[in-house]
Amino acid sequence: MRSDVKKETETIQLDHGSGGIASQELIQNIFLSPLDNPILASLEDSAIIDIGGTKLAFSTDSYVVDPIFFPGGDIGKLAVHGTINDLAMRGARPLGLSLGMILEEGFPLDDLKRVVASIQEACGNSGVPVLTGDTKVVPKGKGDKVFINTSGVGLVDAGVDISATKARPGDAVILSGSMGDHGITILTQRAGLSLQGDLQSDTMALHKMVRSLVTELPEAVHALRDPTRGGVATSLNEIAATARVGIELDESRIPLKPQVEAACEILGMDPLYLANEGKCLALVDHDMADRVLRLMRSFPEGTDAAIIGQVTEGPAGRVVLKTSAGGSRIVSSLTGEPLPRIC
Amino acid sequence: MKYVSEYRDKDLIAPLIEELKKIECGPLRIMEICGTHTMAISRHGLRSILPEDLQLISGPGCPVCVTATAHIDGFLQVAERDGVRVAIFGDLYRVPGSTGSLARCQSMGATVDVVYSPLDALTIAREHPETMVVFLSVGFETTIPLVAATILEAERLHIDNFCVFSAHKIMPPALHALLGDPELQLDGLLCPGHVSTIIGAAAYEPLVKEFGLSCVVAGFEPLDIIQAIILLARQKSEKKVAVDNAYGRAVSWQGNLRALKLMNQVFEPVDTPWRGLGVIPGSGMAIRDTYLRFDAEKRFDIVLQDAPEPKGCLCGQILKGRKAPLDCPLFGRKCTPMNPVGPCMVSSEGTCAAYYRFESKG
Ligand code: SF4
Repeated sequence: MRSDVKKETETIQLDHGSGGIASQELIQNIFLSPLDNPILASLEDSAIIDIGGTKLAFSTDSYVVDPIFFPGGDIGKLAVHGTINDLAMRGARPLGLSLGMILEEGFPLDDLKRVVASIQEACGNSGVPVLTGDTKVVPKGKGDKVFINTSGVGLVDAGVDISATKARPGDAVILSGSMGDHGITILTQRAGLSLQGDLQSDTMALHKMVRSLVTELPEAVHALRDPTRGGVATSLNEIAATARVGIELDESRIPLKPQVEAACEILGMDPLYLANEGKCLALVDHDMADRVLRLMRSFPEGTDAAIIGQVTEGPAGRVVLKTSAGGSRIVSSLTGEPLPRIC
Repeated sequence: MKYVSEYRDKDLIAPLIEELKKIECGPLRIMEICGTHTMAISRHGLRSILPEDLQLISGPGCPVCVTATAHIDGFLQVAERDGVRVAIFGDLYRVPGSTGSLARCQSMGATVDVVYSPLDALTIAREHPETMVVFLSVGFETTIPLVAATILEAERLHIDNFCVFSAHKIMPPALHALLGDPELQLDGLLCPGHVSTIIGAAAYEPLVKEFGLSCVVAGFEPLDIIQAIILLARQKSEKKVAVDNAYGRAVSWQGNLRALKLMNQVFEPVDTPWRGLGVIPGSGMAIRDTYLRFDAEKRFDIVLQDAPEPKGCLCGQILKGRKAPLDCPLFGRKCTPMNPVGPCMVSSEGTCAAYYRFESKG
């Protein structure tokens, strides 16, 4: 039995792409030791390279979402916003993107045009252009419609130093808006569920809001993360482990749209683990938390921002939730691809 | 959804906890029969606010967990056949059988669809007339009527490439088999709201008579659960045993007669193996001969083979309320949701999964 279970870990499983513990193990065991260097090992949303005093942020991400079109966006928008956000999470000003497309034979040109038009719109709105690109086609069945990779470069201004390592006890934990909108939208689309109240992906570029945070309140922001795959729970576990601190969340203060809560109930999902594509977690100096919050709320990206918890002394790496019911419990990292159940 | 939030509001819950603490009933040992309760108790952190001399013990009501390895092995056999795709509820995906899990089958080339309703599996069958779509079905009284309706629909539409592998179970015979255990020393049962909407609160009457246990039907929100515990505590303090229904907004005394009729039209009771409890007479639900062609076991000639439980795994003992996850030496070490040794660690209603995720840092 044990040997069979072992065998299971010898091929790539879907869980390895979930963004949770399996993904972390894959990165640690397969990639990090052969490719090891200090910048990679920091496992931040983007790498910071120091070129004679100029700090360049560099990040890459691949997009394989199914369905490729969904309420609130599509794979093209995700690919632009996702990489911009990865740069922004280090406080960088995004300069430009690369765009790599892997297309499946038979993919309708009209759909491709739609995706590209959406990329154009996202780049235009965010002011971050595509500077270089590449296209490959694979035979039918060897891919799924379209996969996109984007990389991005950005500049980090002098004095800006945002990193998960900087979180410290006392910091307020801010979430820039409602949780789980993207993840639940994709899940209900796949399920073919039509639910009351519209569910929409939150895909959005956050660099403008972040930019104003780091320029107007330069000392306030310690760490930023966009809680994409693995959700708020996994991102906070990563930060808590990296910074060797504890985090305490207050369930009743976490913004959650009623229709997302309802869909989660129906599908048996925990919104703490659902992906977000237009939200960030900000760990900020306690005394400046209210000012950060006010500034965030002045942006359309952050109207629903809320303080959802605080950083504690520890135990290091532990995230605890004070539940709405008045109890408390552990919040662990995502342990596998979230799979809905109905019974 | 205000509807949900109200049942989770600490301002409503705190006074109930005070009320509970005032009831003089001594230590209270309650079994929550159902995995959905186990999960809700852990997820809302209720243990941290309930009185210390109140013990909540998990029971046999997680459908995936009680599915015997023999059935999981049967599922794997079907999934590996050529020309077959299997449809499942997400819970089953990572459950280990003797030779791996459906997740592993899929990574080796099998097609596994995670569906949200058995009707979705039927839709897949209609869209892929060249493949045989097999719904691998585990579940209790809440699931079985839906599967029955799906089979009747397949018959009505003359769909030939659809069948069901039934590992269904019904609750009352298992409770009878379990509650005879003198070691359990229970005061009462927290009875599952969703199963009870089908079987009705009346289904627990025989347990009250035979085992002298208080039975309270409860919903799954914190407020529901605590109200039910109060009723159990009161019964003990008043030295009374009876069926109480704390979930009147959904559960009636008689249950859902239409759903029961549907279930019994398509399925009939058979003896079936449960993990940890062994074969329990009349506790399974097999497809009746009238609907033979929708029975995957018959179509594929599957004979269930006895298979040992995973070595060292205490799931069987946990399902009987004799052990708790932290008693298992593998918990959080060799056995994690990523690398589960037993089903209790992977099912979304499994006791070990609930403890791993919410109650201890694994
Ligand atoms: S921790 Fe794992 S091995 Fe132990 S009882 Fe639970 S599922 Fe079985």
